[in-house]
Amino acid sequence: MIRWLLSGDVPRQPVLVVVLAAILIGLAFTPFLFPGTRTVDTAARICVFIVLVASYDLLLGYTGIVSFAHTMFFGLGAYGVAIASRNLGAGWDSILIGTAAGTFCAVVLALLIGLFSLRVRAIFFAMVTLAVASAFLILVSQLFAITGGEDGLNYRVPRMLTPAFNLGEFLGQRIDGRMIGYYLVFAVALALFLLLLRIVNSPFGRVLQAIRENDFRAEAIGYRTVFYRTAATCLSAGFAALAGALLAVWLRYTGPDTFLSLDIMIDILLMVVIGGMGTMYGAAIGATLFILAETYLRGVMGWAAEATGAIPVVTDLVHPDRWLLWLGLLFILSVYFFPSGIVGRLRLWRHGR
Amino acid sequence: MSDDLLSLEGVHTHIGRYHILQGVDLVVPRGGVTVLLGRNGAGKTTTMRTIMGLWQASRGQIRFDGRPIEALPTPEIANAGIAYVPENMGIFAGLTVKENMVLAARGGRFDQARLDWILTLFPALKRFWALPAGHLSGGQKQMLAIARAVIEPRRLLLIDEPSKGLAPAIVGALTQAFSELIADGETTILLVEQNLHMAQSLGRSVAVMDEGRIVHAGAMADLAADRDLQGRLLGLSLEPTP
Amino acid sequence: MSVANNAGADQAAALPGPGARERLGRAAPYLAVPLLAAVALVAILAQGSSLPTWVTLTVAGLAMGVMLFIMASGLTLVFGLMDVLNFGHGAFITVGAYVGVTVLLWLGPAFAADNVWLNLLAIVPAIAAAMAVAGLGGWFFERSVVAPVYGAHLKQILVTMGALIVTEQLLLAIWGPERIPINRPEALSGAFLVGDAAIERYRVYATVLGLAIFGGMVYVLRRTRVGLLVRAGVENGEMVQAMGYRVRVLFAGVFIVGSALAALGGVMWALYDEVITVHIGQNLMIMVFIVVIIGGLGSVEGCLVGALLVGLMTNYTGFLTPTLSLGSTILLMVVVLMWRPQGLIAVNKGH
Repeated sequence: MIRWLLSGDVPRQPVLVVVLAAILIGLAFTPFLFPGTRTVDTAARICVFIVLVASYDLLLGYTGIVSFAHTMFFGLGAYGVAIASRNLGAGWDSILIGTAAGTFCAVVLALLIGLFSLRVRAIFFAMVTLAVASAFLILVSQLFAITGGEDGLNYRVPRMLTPAFNLGEFLGQRIDGRMIGYYLVFAVALALFLLLLRIVNSPFGRVLQAIRENDFRAEAIGYRTVFYRTAATCLSAGFAALAGALLAVWLRYTGPDTFLSLDIMIDILLMVVIGGMGTMYGAAIGATLFILAETYLRGVMGWAAEATGAIPVVTDLVHPDRWLLWLGLLFILSVYFFPSGIVGRLRLWRHGR
Repeated sequence: MSDDLLSLEGVHTHIGRYHILQGVDLVVPRGGVTVLLGRNGAGKTTTMRTIMGLWQASRGQIRFDGRPIEALPTPEIANAGIAYVPENMGIFAGLTVKENMVLAARGGRFDQARLDWILTLFPALKRFWALPAGHLSGGQKQMLAIARAVIEPRRLLLIDEPSKGLAPAIVGALTQAFSELIADGETTILLVEQNLHMAQSLGRSVAVMDEGRIVHAGAMADLAADRDLQGRLLGLSLEPTP
Repeated sequence: MSVANNAGADQAAALPGPGARERLGRAAPYLAVPLLAAVALVAILAQGSSLPTWVTLTVAGLAMGVMLFIMASGLTLVFGLMDVLNFGHGAFITVGAYVGVTVLLWLGPAFAADNVWLNLLAIVPAIAAAMAVAGLGGWFFERSVVAPVYGAHLKQILVTMGALIVTEQLLLAIWGPERIPINRPEALSGAFLVGDAAIERYRVYATVLGLAIFGGMVYVLRRTRVGLLVRAGVENGEMVQAMGYRVRVLFAGVFIVGSALAALGGVMWALYDEVITVHIGQNLMIMVFIVVIIGGLGSVEGCLVGALLVGLMTNYTGFLTPTLSLGSTILLMVVVLMWRPQGLIAVNKGH
């Protein structure tokens, strides 16, 4: 049963299984195990980012394409929901319409980018996606009337998801709209992740990996690489948009800083590399690690910065705002020494290395 | 053996996952032309590139004049006295003929007498001295590639399929040029050639490669005389010398 | 006795050389610049503005263009020669800006003075310091970050991006997150008046300096031995090695020079914008990438043309249709790639 759910792609390593199980159980029971607004919010973010990073892994890890436009697709899903909810009023229909519209736009845009750029060299493609994503960010910031510009959009969600909606108590916690909302996010994210696992373990996924290894050879065998690459780009974009829609529903807010900034794109890169490219599970671990670090490591660093307050340079380096410095270093070291990330390293241990 | 200029012992080369050279044992005696024959894909170009250090041998020894060179970087191998004329000629199309030659003259200046001799061998180069090399015809590019390789005296020339795609008249001219080049006895040539007539007229020794190994080595005269051996090794025969 | 007579005979008639069509093809990219300026003139006049506006915008565009060229030239050469894509190139721009501005602020009195020579007394050391630090950083970067991943494009993109992040964070740790303003001294401010058009003095100086640097680069590339090696290496690095040259050392040298030039561009940009933040490198990188793609990876001439086109385009559309400014530059890139997929002035790779 579990093998079927995971599409045959089992973790294959005891420590990995334990870690993943911990993440799953932790996320499934956050409102009960770690109650509190902040922790539940962190957990919801982790769910969303697992899907977002996994969809990026489809592109980077499995197909071997570097793209900097992922946040653009993330934002399209979010803004779809936001604009629909804003203009059509709060309700499930606006959410569905918004999600569909955002995802559709993302896929179409991915198709255009793919068809144009995938014929040029990989480096060109990376640069083009960077340019397009930047242009999109500027455009969104400037189309104030539709998108709320730099400030973003606040909107309402169906009553069932708001704190006002109350179903009583269970195990000492209130069953209110927030909890329902959280489980919605969790369930959808889990479903999307399992769907991604199915895709990468299908014949389609295997062709992608063949193309990643040697596209010349794949073409020679008879696979039209342009088609597969474009399909991968579109799928990746679609899932990213869905993740964006999820987060938009959770936050009840959509804005350029939260969805479109280059910083988020860099965060995604860090998560997928540190976790392990080409493994899907790496996305889960990378996202969890990163977001937990972002939320809680800074507290630790703050304490360390105070402790070293007297030493000039050191205190600046461990200042909580500099957490990205350390993650950046970890990222660089990962690329050199753990190209397959944490997951890869763990799996190598199994072979007695 | 001290009259071997170059020797390869048990050389293996892997390219990615492919095991191309599977234990090559080859000796190139001093002076004259040694021809390396073999079907396409036998590993001849890989052998040349391995000697030159462009690909690293995964196992085995390569000695040049007694000195092991298998672990040296390419520039040092070149400076030890080996020149390489690759299959695609490797000329710099955006640079003029003159600039191509200037690069080849490591000291920065030409030995004028030697340059004159080369230009007599290949007058086209003199005529198109200031022209970008990309404008030359195939045969002229080949001549430039060879001229570059010999402007400085080198002890060993590795030449990979110089006659490929060239008209017979030009092939004849090249053959004569090679003869003149080795006439002084100071230069040895290891020649990969599919054109058997050219190979036969120039080569003193011959080695035949198949599937990453040397399957025959010996004097050219012996191979030329043995039709059966030719048939077995190469699938076709050398033309009888007129 | 000439042995190659037969071969040469058929060519005896005429020197093979560029025909008229090929010559036009080679000149076309350069002609694109005045073409764009002319189109913009028509658009500006049609919109109701006057010739002086066009003049001001054109000078601004040229100045921005040469600054982009200075920043991008290193990147394009490094890529053409070493096949290395340095996504961290922007870090050198930022570092250059920060070091340069810091030195200028230290030499405050000389810099703020109303005398050009005193100003130069401050500016020259600032530029020298910025270029030295960036050059040193470039050497370190090439040896430790880039060399281990030669040939692996994916890893290159990733580690150089990582290095960009780390550098930005280090700058934040040292200098703090606030923007640092720097005011241009009197001698570099103000404008020349040509008829009705106000032409900013700084932009003119910047343009002159930029063109001088371009001239210098072309001279080195076309007339020196080192330049010959670089040009040959861009076409076929392997062959250059097989001819006995240590190309790796050449690579490192080009990388260092490229980084130093990026720093120079950073300092010039800082004086142009009169404020710096840690993100300027990152922000400019997008423009730099577009310039390099349009120009053709590996071509210095192409880089200049691309940079001028991008600079002009940005300024013209910034005036005519501000919302679509970056979008129009991307459109320009798309149009160029449709016409010439390898960039305006492609370098023929022998291998």
